[in-house]
Amino acid sequence: MKCQHCDKQAVFHITELEEGGVRELHLCEDHARSYLNQSEPEPASAEEAEEGGGGALAGPLGVGQTADELAILDQRACDMCGITFFEFRNQGRLGCPHDYVQFEKELEPLIANIHGATEHTGRRPSRAAPLPEGTEDLTRVIGLRREMKEAIALEDYEKARENRDAIRELEDRWIAAAPPSRETEKTSE
Amino acid sequence: MDRGGSAVPRNGEDIRMKLESLTQSIGEWLRGTGPESDIVMSSRVRLARNVAHYPFVSRATEQDRADIERFLRERIATVPVGKGLEYIDVGHLEEIDRQFLVERQLISREHADAQGARSVAIDRMEQVSLMINEEDHLRIQCMHSGLDLKGAWEQIKVVDDQIEKVVPYAFHPRWGYLTACPTNVGTGIRVSVMLHLPALVITRQIDKVFRSLHKISLAVRGLYGEGSQAMGDFYQISNQTTLGRTEEELVEQVGDVVPVLIDYERRAREFLVRETQQNVHDQVSRAFGILRTAQTISAEETMQLLSRVRMGVLLGLIGDVKIADINSLLVRTQPAHLQKLRGVELDTNDRNIERARYLRQHFEGNEAGRAN
Repeated sequence: MKCQHCDKQAVFHITELEEGGVRELHLCEDHARSYLNQSEPEPASAEEAEEGGGGALAGPLGVGQTADELAILDQRACDMCGITFFEFRNQGRLGCPHDYVQFEKELEPLIANIHGATEHTGRRPSRAAPLPEGTEDLTRVIGLRREMKEAIALEDYEKARENRDAIRELEDRWIAAAPPSRETEKTSE
Repeated sequence: MDRGGSAVPRNGEDIRMKLESLTQSIGEWLRGTGPESDIVMSSRVRLARNVAHYPFVSRATEQDRADIERFLRERIATVPVGKGLEYIDVGHLEEIDRQFLVERQLISREHADAQGARSVAIDRMEQVSLMINEEDHLRIQCMHSGLDLKGAWEQIKVVDDQIEKVVPYAFHPRWGYLTACPTNVGTGIRVSVMLHLPALVITRQIDKVFRSLHKISLAVRGLYGEGSQAMGDFYQISNQTTLGRTEEELVEQVGDVVPVLIDYERRAREFLVRETQQNVHDQVSRAFGILRTAQTISAEETMQLLSRVRMGVLLGLIGDVKIADINSLLVRTQPAHLQKLRGVELDTNDRNIERARYLRQHFEGNEAGRAN
């Protein structure tokens, strides 16, 4: 593939993540360097300054990756929701909470570029023990549900039942006990 | 969990009544009260949240979306803030009603245009609104009149805390609250103020102001204009980053810059009066004249002229017009509001004629009221 700005081979494949979607850039080394080194470009219009970080703050992704490496990365899929990295690059939207774990290494430079930080310092949930702070455990439900549907389609009802029970167990642990149910409220009235 | 059927009750007569009563009121952000309300129209804080055990909205199936909608609605109903909320099933609304909610800033354009099960819950004061199944499963918004970011933050914190007790928000120890787009991850907070900056526009200083805001990572966008040129000199300033700083720091980041902008705008207004009084007086008088006499007028032109009249009133160049009145006209002359007020659907041409009639009647009514 040729560089977008000259006849040299494109060796840098950059995905700019923007609020309205994504923009792909294919650049040779020289053009990539000048692109990445340019100081914050001034947005030409309010359009680029939309909520959520416009072009000026959007970050390079996969810098230094060759086309081959990028192609392999693009094929990787989330174990829970099944979204591929390619789909994320195209839509600019992640598929489920587990993507932040599955694609952590790839997302890190992107997030660093958008926010100038890679660590949350704000409010945190206060959950009753023994539930952990992070919800990765509960997010497994997404994958279990997907597998259950596949098992039903294959008429593997044993597997479907196992998944259903695993989902119930997770939901019971994380959700069922949490809210005062309306029935309880009624009886207390 | 019951997976069958539609999760959201269809909008019945009560929702129609609710929309009717909204038409008659003007909404929190247009009250024209609160600190610095001559320049700051409203202060808003929103939080992006997702349920941990469902895919994000863009990856969710139709059934998932219905389940998410019902899960959130049922859970939120069990906490105190949930009791005073009115739900509107956005998915089954007519286009004009969705547009009406957008004009009122109760839902976003994206939420109006999206597909599948989605709803909005609004409190009686129109201060709190919860969008379900927008880009994220839940977007909590809190809006106050004038400059009151801290007040809006304190209120939204209570709403968020109560909901978090009953809803397992997706959270990662390192990344914070997980959102569909990495631009919102961490705090998931967007803090914004809507400012009326006509003098900075007239004196051509507005671009310079915006460039300096970008340097400190603040975003600027127009009112209603998704990226388009701001209509009527109304601008929203908001934070761009959501990770690596606390919510309070981000509220402060936006809050700190507002007094500076207010000061610039006031100075520009003083300059206009001092150096070009006749010119400015002429401009606002002509704007007022057109609004009172036009026979057909677009929404854009109306916004632009109302903006100038608003400044004229604040500079004492036009008497006998209240700021709250101008604010209310800003929203009531928008396409969906106008049609709902008139009770008929109209095409663009007829809307422009009806809008001009509405404005003439409004100002005539005001004058007649004063004469009595």
